[in-house]
Amino acid sequence: MKEVKTTMAGNVWKVQVAAGDEVTAGQEVVILESMKMEIPITCETNGVIDELKVEEGSFVNEDDVLMTLK
Amino acid sequence: MIKKLLVANRGEIAVRIFKTCEKLGIQTVAVFSDADEHSVHVKAADEARWIGGSRVKESYLNIDKILEVAKESGADAIHPGYGFVSENPDFAKRVKEAGITFIGPNEKIMETMGHKIAAREAMIAAGVPVVPGKTIENADDEQTVAKICREIGYPVMIKAAAGGGGIGMQRVDHKEELIKVLPSVIKKAETFFGSAELYVEKFIENPRHIEAQVVGDIYGNVQCLGERDCSIQRRNQKVVEEAPAVNLSEETKASLYQYAEKAAKDIGYTNVGTIEFLVDDKENIFFLEMNTRLQVEHPVTEEVTGVDLVEWQIRIAEEKRIMDLKERNVSYEHAIEVRVYAEDPVNFFPSPGKLKRWSFPDMPSIRYDFGVEESTHVTPFYDPMLGKVISKGHSRLEAIAQLVECLENAEVEGIKTNIPMLVETLQHPVFKEGKATTQFVQTHVIEKKRTQV
Repeated sequence: MKEVKTTMAGNVWKVQVAAGDEVTAGQEVVILESMKMEIPITCETNGVIDELKVEEGSFVNEDDVLMTLK
Repeated sequence: MIKKLLVANRGEIAVRIFKTCEKLGIQTVAVFSDADEHSVHVKAADEARWIGGSRVKESYLNIDKILEVAKESGADAIHPGYGFVSENPDFAKRVKEAGITFIGPNEKIMETMGHKIAAREAMIAAGVPVVPGKTIENADDEQTVAKICREIGYPVMIKAAAGGGGIGMQRVDHKEELIKVLPSVIKKAETFFGSAELYVEKFIENPRHIEAQVVGDIYGNVQCLGERDCSIQRRNQKVVEEAPAVNLSEETKASLYQYAEKAAKDIGYTNVGTIEFLVDDKENIFFLEMNTRLQVEHPVTEEVTGVDLVEWQIRIAEEKRIMDLKERNVSYEHAIEVRVYAEDPVNFFPSPGKLKRWSFPDMPSIRYDFGVEESTHVTPFYDPMLGKVISKGHSRLEAIAQLVECLENAEVEGIKTNIPMLVETLQHPVFKEGKATTQFVQTHVIEKKRTQV
């Protein structure tokens, strides 16, 4: 099981994928709002979204898991 | 006379306002969120009141709570600072209804000037030149939006009609790009400003961002206290500001002052305010927007005019007449301000975290307006600005040299800051020659790094 983690703390502004979606390395999957700026979070590997751990509006800390891939 | 003033804000601007209150013998009240419990502005006030959770909607935008603690504390005036509720007419109205003095203009002026279209119409009526542009009420209809953009002529700038501060602004060069970015611009307009109404205007190539400081009292007296050049920006937000502007003809300056005073007088403006202009390479002037509040960059005007703008805000709110503010005996010809941000100096990404070291040299010609101290935890909840460093000189080059010396001797550890980018900017020949435009960072900082990779 692979994980997509956030690189910094912030509010989840937009989740761009859903469970079951196929994703590729480098694809933007979540946009965070941190210090009034948009921060795109990308996945590092190819895979299929297994479970989303966050929803739009939730707050995350650095290194929190945003989703798991299979 | 105001006896006790609450600042509905945080960070450096709250600290800055408290300094003037201390000088005037006014008691002060700070408000704070969970994240700010131990912050500098809380320590700087005579008393402090908790207003809610860390997120801005739960605290610094919570009008009910701010008014509740204002009443509890016995404050007879509220200063909104900048950002948050500072340009919210509803807040100004409710402060007055609560029997408390609002330090700022009346809500009707805030409402007019806070709306890009209404502001533009007011300026046209006052005879002030504006950038060609048009409102888009039905932004979801992309074909209509495309038609309007084509009529104005690409490149265009799309903005949230109710927006400000550079958020949600997008340059668009052609129709295909417009179709691609439109949903994101609409989403930002709705998220940040609660309205999907957009505004499209002609993108002025390589302009300078020059703004005029105005002051008006309730008796109809208006004065322009000169201009500021705020051309150095990243992500449409200012980084370096200076007064006066260099390489601008005396005729252009005179026109700017005339337009600014005319605009303020025509709308019956009271308190301090700023009229922002774009000036192109032929020195054509275009009204951009008016900020009905104290500006972040107000210190550069203070340093070259000798005027304490916060003091004048308070005096005007106390219904005093403004004096002739231009004839001050000041020692400094030029002032430059840099904004120190908690961000990566290369890609400008935020860098929250704990400030393990925060030390700046003690220099007589340097003013520090800081909202943090060593050990402050910089959170992701608010703007990344940590504070401002302002250099004043007998000449522009002297002000630049002092600022570079100061920043090179600053010691900041624990988070990344834009200090290296600021030093690079101040030492750049284009900046030193006074030829920087709003594209400076894109052209000379970002593009340079891209070609070096």
